[in-house]
This record gives sequence, structure tokens and C-alpha cells, in this order.
Amino acid sequence: MTPDQTESVYEALARAIDRAAPEPPEQVLARLCLLLARALDDPAQVDKAIEAALRAPPGPDGGR
Amino acid sequence: MRPAGRAETDSLYFTYPAFDPPRGAARHTLSERTPVAIVGAGPVGMLAALTLARHGVRSVLLEARGTFNDGSRAICVARQSFHILQSLGAVAPFEAKALGWTTGRSFYRGQQILEFEMPDGPDERFRPMYNLEQQYIEQFLWEAIRNEPLVDIRWQSAVTGLVPAEDGVALDIADPEGSYTLPADWVLAADGARSAVRRALGLRLQGENYEGRYVIADVKMAHDYPTIRRALFDPACRPGGTVLIHRQPDDIWRIDYQLGEDEDAEEAIREDVVRASVASVLAEIGHDAPWELEWWSVYSANTLALDEYRHGRVVFIGDSAHIVPIFGVRGLNNGLADAHNIGWKLGRLLTDRAGPGLIDSYTPERRGATLDVFANASKSARFMTPPTRGWQVMRDAALGLALTEGWAGALANPRQMTPFTYADSPAVLADDPGFAAGPAPGAAMIDLSLGGDFLSDRLPPDFTLVCFDAALAEEVAAQPGAPAVVRLDDDPRIHARLATGAASAYLVRPDLHIGARWRHATAAGVAAAMHALTFREETR
Repeated sequence: MTPDQTESVYEALARAIDRAAPEPPEQVLARLCLLLARALDDPAQVDKAIEAALRAPPGPDGGR
Repeated sequence: MRPAGRAETDSLYFTYPAFDPPRGAARHTLSERTPVAIVGAGPVGMLAALTLARHGVRSVLLEARGTFNDGSRAICVARQSFHILQSLGAVAPFEAKALGWTTGRSFYRGQQILEFEMPDGPDERFRPMYNLEQQYIEQFLWEAIRNEPLVDIRWQSAVTGLVPAEDGVALDIADPEGSYTLPADWVLAADGARSAVRRALGLRLQGENYEGRYVIADVKMAHDYPTIRRALFDPACRPGGTVLIHRQPDDIWRIDYQLGEDEDAEEAIREDVVRASVASVLAEIGHDAPWELEWWSVYSANTLALDEYRHGRVVFIGDSAHIVPIFGVRGLNNGLADAHNIGWKLGRLLTDRAGPGLIDSYTPERRGATLDVFANASKSARFMTPPTRGWQVMRDAALGLALTEGWAGALANPRQMTPFTYADSPAVLADDPGFAAGPAPGAAMIDLSLGGDFLSDRLPPDFTLVCFDAALAEEVAAQPGAPAVVRLDDDPRIHARLATGAASAYLVRPDLHIGARWRHATAAGVAAAMHALTFREETR
């Protein structure tokens, strides 16, 4: 993906989380993860992405 | 438990018999040595007694209670258990009374998200699952053994002590008329989750307790819905919880509902609370006609087992050896398979048709089956009763997607039990590499429609060679210690299912699992297999 495309995805995710409200973000993101994992069709890539997500420092809300 | 004013066995649909302890002349022989003492006359103990009797072995069946177990308890009887009952000649009343089923439906927040079918077809003599209250299971088994001269049933007879010895066990028994010691060569402990035999030997179940607690309640009502298992996830009547609904014979319906983390189990089983909870479930499924509360109990999901199922001359069968979560419907079915497994093995040993090594195959086969249940049941339990936030979020995501995505529905599919394959058992021979398909040694033998009847109708409760060739059949049958022989037509449809040719054969064990198979069978090969599978070499 180009930087522009990545930015579009980033924005689409933000809007999707807001559109899902009051459903908690984790619910819609969990469904999205399953759908993306199926589309990716590569369990090893999914495992790497999960590890990368867990390695990243938590955001400002992370400690709560 | 039952509603106020009704005694423990005061059922709306079942008349509990009252059994006396041994009296009069029968007391003179109470202390006579028995080849096998079975502790506990629930379904597992009675099936063990029946299996031993079919193999010509005498047993004393001891039961502390004076009647059958209270309440419907284990209601799902799987196809393989029907095959076991069939091979013991006891299936007819079960088939007449039980409700067969193949379909399950799952609902998420009131919407149906999944309908699954369990494997079934014209080659199957029995349906994948049957619902039947446990009292009937016990009654039908009791009717099968009550007039069996090889089974001595002693009611109101509690085991109060146990002294193991090299060549047997001495059991201390107390009944209302007195107490005595019963010497036995072997003891089968079928005395349930709170086994007195297990306690007497100082043994403990090992494993995990899950958080999920369920109330199981039976109601009597005229309710128009087929025999389809319904699972309600996050229903309006129990937000965040799970509800299961099963139809049983006699207009009895089983409603299992999960208790929330903040719900106190003591309070949840109070009659008024149970009535209110059941009413809210019935409202959700649209039942607005009258109903009567029959019986209820509380249950928590556990995966617990003994590390070793045999301790010298004491063998644990059923719940005394393992406790499994209800979701896989494997508690009763696994217990029956335990009883049948040790039954035929002891039966052969005690009639000099097997060596002692055969008994050593009991723990690896049946504990292996338990561990397999644990793996599947733990998955089911995590789905039905998510233990943490992570499991909860992903479970809800799968349920949410299941409506539109078939693969997500599969995540919600309960892992329905299939018979365990004894792949690494010492009592199973290595597969013939000539086979590319068909059921392998260790697996349960498949059933086949033979036009008019089924293969399972023709299998006796002992070793059976299933073959096609007439000369082979004759040659095998003429050998000493030969298995029974069932010869099938040289039919391409059958060959396709078994991956066989005209010269092939399967050797089926008494528990209907495959002991060996050959692409090109010989009488000498069959004789060698019988010798190995019955551990004869150890007797020489």
C-alpha cells in the first residue's frame, strides 16, 4: 500500500469505530480482525501482526 | 431438587421403584467370593455388569441407594452408545422411547445464526444423538440385567471399606440388615463423581475447574418444537449468558441456563428464583401456555480425571475416573464406553480367552478418550462460557459475523462427539499400508446398510472378522479361538466405503473398534492378529 492508501485505511478505521458507537470499539475491531485474517489467508502473517501489535507501546489510554 | 411439597423421587412422569436389600436365604451367600464386584448401579455400573454377563462372567452389583438416580441428569445418548447397547442385545427399549435428533440451532440476541446437521445417512442404523431421561436409561438397563443369572444386584448396600490384596480386594458392605465382607477378584468402581472407592484408595482427580455454572431445569409442557437442540447466546432473558434447550420424551423439556458472575448459586437454586428464570426463557422462545416445574439441579464445568484408571485389581469407570463439562455430552457416553471397554477385556481374561496384558490397554484407551474430550470440551466451554474478556470479545465477534459468514458459524458449532480413535493403543494393530482410505485400526467400525438390515445388526458382542471371500470365511471359522465371521457381498458400494477389495477383511473388536485390517487377508494373518490382540503370548 502507498502512504496515501495507508492513511485512507487509518481514517476509515477511525470512522468505523465512531459509527459503531455505542458498541465498544473492541467488538467491531474483533470482527474486523477475523474478516481481514480470512482475506489474508495466511495464519503466519496473522501471528506476526498479533505479535507486532502487542510489542507496540500502549497509547495514552493504555494504562487504564 | 423438586418443588416444595414433593419428595426427591416424586416425579411428574416417572414412577421410581423401591428396591429391597438382600433378604432371607439370599443373605447366606453374601460373603461368597465373586470374580467381579461392581460398585454403583448407575448406567455405567449396570452396563459393565451386562457386558460381563454377555462374556459369561459373574458379578455382584452393589448400590447404596434403593432406587434409580433422581432427575433426568444425562439426557443425550450418542450413536456409538446405541451401538454398544445394540451389541449387548439391549437397544430395543431405548430406540422405542428416546427421541433421535440430528439438528442444532444457535441464536445470537434472538436471531438464528447457525443451523448445523450432525453426520447421518442411509448407511446409519442409528441417529447421531438421542434424548432420553437418565431414569429410563437406568430402568432399561436394569430390565436387561434383572433376570440375568450372572448378575447379583444388591440394593441399599453401601461400600464402607476396602482392603486391596495381591489377588483381589476385600470390600466391607453395610446394608439395613447388617454388614459383611465381600471378597472379589476384581472391583469396578462405578460409584460416580464422589466415588467412595476412590476416596478409600486415597486417590484424587486432577485438572481444572471452569468458572461457568449452569442451572439445569426440567419442565413439563405441551410445546410445539421438533427435537432440535437450541442454544441461545446473549438472549434478552439472560443478557451475557447462554441458554440450552432440549426436548425429552414425555413432554419434558430441559432448560440449561448459565449463571452470571454476580449470581449466588445458593440463591439461584431457590424454587422461586428457578421459576422466574425458567419463565423468562419460556417467554423468550414464545411459549405462553402452562408449564410445570419437574426437577432442577446446579452444575459447574470441570475437566478432572485420575492419572491412572486402574490401581491393582480396582478399575475406575465413568464419573469416578473423570468429570467432563456437559457441553460435549460425553459424561454418560464416555462412561458407557469405559464400562464396555473394561467389560469385554475382563470378560475375556476371566474366561481364559485373553492374557493379562489386555487389561493394561484399558487406561491408555479410555484415558486417551477422556483427554480428547477435555480438549474439545474446553473449546466448547470457552465458547459457551467465555472465561476472560479476550475470549468474550472474540466469541461475540464470531457470533456477530455468523449471520453472514459461514466460516464464522463454524466457530459457533458445538464440537459434537464422535467416537475416539485408539490410535496408539497396545490392543490395536498397525494399519496395512495397502489401504488409502476407509476407517483405520483404532477407529470405530462404520455402519453399512445391507439392504433390509445393517452391518451393526450382524456384529455379535465379540471379535468379528468382516470379509467378502467365502473360502477365507470358512478357513478362519475352522480355526481354534476364531473370531465370529460376517461375510458381506462383493459389492462396489461397500468396497468404496471400506476401501476394500474382494480379498480384504476387517477384524472388529468386541467394542466395535477396528483391531486390524488387511487388503489381502489370510487365515494365518487373522489367527496371528487374534493372538496379539488378546495378549495370549503372556499366558504361555
